[in-house]
Amino acid sequence: MKIDRRSFLSLGVGFGAGIALSPLPWKLTDDSSIWTQMWPWTPVPERGESRYVNSVCTLCPGGCGISVRKVEDRAVKIEGQKGHPVSNGGICLLGLSGLQLLYGPYRVKYPMKRREDAKRGQGKWQKISWDEAMSEVAKKLGDAKDKTACIMDSDKGTVPQLFKTLLTGLGSPNFMRTPSVEDSFELALLKTCGYPASAGFDLENADFVLSFGAGLLEGWGAPVRTFKANSLWKDKKVPVIQIEPRLSNTAAKSDKWIPVNPGTESELALGIAHVLIKEGLAKAEVSDSFKKIVSEGYAPDTVARITGVEAGVIVGLAKSFAAASKPLALCGRGKGATPISLNETLAVYALNALMGNINQEGGLFAVPQPDYIKWAKTNSNASVSKLLYGKDASLKALLVANANPLYSLPDTQAVKTALDKIPFIVSFSSYMDETAQYADIILPNHCYLERYEDVPAPAGYHKPLIGLSRPVVKPQFNTKHTGDVVIAIAKAMGAELPYDSYETCLKETFGDTWEAFQKDGVLTADFTPPAPSGKIELNETSLKPVALEGESSAFPLVLVPFDSMRLSGSSIGEPPFVIKTVDDTILFKNDICIEINPKTAQSYNLSDGKYARLTTPKGSAKVRVHLYEGIMPGVIAMPRGLGHTPGFTGNDKYLAGKGVNVNELMGSAECPDGLNAAYGIRAKLERA
Amino acid sequence: MKNEQGKPKKYGMVVDLDKCTGCGACMVACMSENNVPFKADESNKRDSITWMRVYKITNGKPFPDTENCFLPRPCMHCEGQHGHSPCVSVCPATATDYSTETGIVSQIYTRCFGCRYCMGACPYHARHFNWWDPVWPDGMEKSLSPNVSVRMRGIVEKCSFCFHRYQAAMDKAMMEGRKELEESEYQTSCTQACPSGAITFGDLNNPKHAVYELKKNPNAFRLLERLGTNPKVYYVSSREWVRRAGDNYIKGEWENKQNAKK
Repeated sequence: MKIDRRSFLSLGVGFGAGIALSPLPWKLTDDSSIWTQMWPWTPVPERGESRYVNSVCTLCPGGCGISVRKVEDRAVKIEGQKGHPVSNGGICLLGLSGLQLLYGPYRVKYPMKRREDAKRGQGKWQKISWDEAMSEVAKKLGDAKDKTACIMDSDKGTVPQLFKTLLTGLGSPNFMRTPSVEDSFELALLKTCGYPASAGFDLENADFVLSFGAGLLEGWGAPVRTFKANSLWKDKKVPVIQIEPRLSNTAAKSDKWIPVNPGTESELALGIAHVLIKEGLAKAEVSDSFKKIVSEGYAPDTVARITGVEAGVIVGLAKSFAAASKPLALCGRGKGATPISLNETLAVYALNALMGNINQEGGLFAVPQPDYIKWAKTNSNASVSKLLYGKDASLKALLVANANPLYSLPDTQAVKTALDKIPFIVSFSSYMDETAQYADIILPNHCYLERYEDVPAPAGYHKPLIGLSRPVVKPQFNTKHTGDVVIAIAKAMGAELPYDSYETCLKETFGDTWEAFQKDGVLTADFTPPAPSGKIELNETSLKPVALEGESSAFPLVLVPFDSMRLSGSSIGEPPFVIKTVDDTILFKNDICIEINPKTAQSYNLSDGKYARLTTPKGSAKVRVHLYEGIMPGVIAMPRGLGHTPGFTGNDKYLAGKGVNVNELMGSAECPDGLNAAYGIRAKLERA
Repeated sequence: MKNEQGKPKKYGMVVDLDKCTGCGACMVACMSENNVPFKADESNKRDSITWMRVYKITNGKPFPDTENCFLPRPCMHCEGQHGHSPCVSVCPATATDYSTETGIVSQIYTRCFGCRYCMGACPYHARHFNWWDPVWPDGMEKSLSPNVSVRMRGIVEKCSFCFHRYQAAMDKAMMEGRKELEESEYQTSCTQACPSGAITFGDLNNPKHAVYELKKNPNAFRLLERLGTNPKVYYVSSREWVRRAGDNYIKGEWENKQNAKK
């Protein structure tokens, strides 16, 4: 048969039409989509029996209850624990992403020692055994004796007490807690109430909230509890007034945002106190010296000039504050990662005291420090600024546990210089954080989901409460509980400790209450707070706004760090899920964005998305400009919590090298009481 | 399946924008519940897979009259007219479907071949394409949940209202001889996590569920309602400029609409 052109074409068309009408193309598309999805590298999570284990989250000072869903021996999800007194079922995004810390590439998997041929921070490590590591540390500490110091994020609970015991054995009083607003609260309460106490706030029962820069929705206090209180305020129509120079999330959700010149919050508080006293609105007595200072120097007009808040607004604030039945004044910048001056804390305390709400429902509580650790023989505390940067700083060894000073303290370069002077640094970190990278030896702790620990006094909670963090999964790597390590080292040094392991130490610390503690995960206690004395003594030598570092002629702008729930900003680096939620107006590719008012930007000829060089007396950084109407002209805001340095694994591309650590640009401004009250630093901006 | 009232179930959400603080817990709760992948750089939000994303909106006024509001955006699970949601209508592979049983718009990964028509059709940017195979750093795949299949390169994914939780709850109810679910038995991961209690989830057709009344709030609105997508996610805000931001209005139109209401 001859195939001519005509029959060839008709055959072709016939085939085409036939195939198109058959199920073949559809079957092929379906199959190809299935085949192309069966790749061996796509993980198929194993099935298995599912159950929940309750614990307490220790990623921030909030102490929320968590409930971890496990499938066989894997932890697959962290959820909020229903009925927990602090967080009642709620959870924040950092707590939710904790499994990425547990299973992530940031973990230190075994004890490590800096290689002899490597300098600090070069990332060259050698694996050593636990015995070698601990005997080396014991030997070095034996040499350093009373020149040993320890730094931690908390000074409460059994693990800090073990460190203190170790130091006492060495004759050293050098236990440091990383500075935070807790320092300001504790000092102020000691001076006013006369006993060692933490500040607790009965947020839920307040009916008027006046916040002097407290980042209630940025992570202040126990974040989940504060969020819940905020929603309760919305339901009960409780007015929330937010005072700060930047329209933060807290300000955005408040009933009224009052922009105030940065660093003049304490003047505004004293101005309000002035009105309360002068107009006879005060409900309780405070000391005469306070009344005198406030009546003489803080008339609304004077305060208006300093703060930039109109006199009429100040009077109005005072009147509505006094009209409420349970008004509450709060302070602490952002999350409270930095202290504020004693005067500012006292000024805000005074507003509460004048309304008679100290140790009262809906008010401010001076919660006594927990004293359940009966074996603790020491309570020594030392100041970071003296020990690390002081003229006669002469430490020979530094122990770093649950803290990351090289990242979280202001003025990174100064911290580095201080650490360089210390010949021996031991890190107990579970993660390869900045300070661990800069250590000589790392004795990795179990991750927080692998260990027992008591978690006393959630930040800002107004009742005494201890939470129990307990192992959710078995230790994943060759790590050891820091409690056990410290006990072993302390024993080797000859310290008197009645315990051989951390677990017995914890059990015996709680004695009869251990069973209940194990079962419930929390221990609460009743306390009857003493009546307040009304004693408030401002430090008259420092009654003026904190002077920031830098000349205003050379540095015409003010740089302030800002906090966000989506950046932890503390010693814990953000896991990938958290970084993923960060807006592109904060982090763009690897560039950090600064917030600047369009008016200010215009005078520098900068438009949105342009690059600029930001310089402060402490350092300089290339930044991307984000125009933001929610910030005062003349002020620049920079997010806190970016700019982590690469660890050793090379797998931390999810966190490292993104943006700039704002602490590299920050300095300090100490108030006469030794608190670093720097709320920012002077800065200049140039087009880049 | 019909509930006691005889109406089919219609799961939906009411989000209280006065309470939402923009903290992002819902985003992470969703990611960790649903095995959502992540990359080294997630700052390009157009290829960043976020089933739930919190947008920040502003009233556009200069300092100091600026106001911000946060708006969480899951999949709206549009009902359209009789289940003709925009994405379902265009899918050539029947990979996405509208369930008349629950009102949930499904996404069947093994059927999807990645044409992305649905992404073009969705007015809410609720759908995301896997441009790359997901990679978990060594060891982190241990945190993956077996209840949600891991997706791979070349397919589209989106919020499912945590459908696997519905299945698990229904299985449990069946075992106990029940056909009805209590409101608390089926809640999405974001609803459960929200520390502010801003999200309420339930059956919009069931008077026993909180959403039934909440959606009738005079301050409730839905996004781009006039497109006829008939979304099942409602927002409530006491601020007028926020409600107005829920759709595009020509000059004077919003004011006329407000006057007509009075």
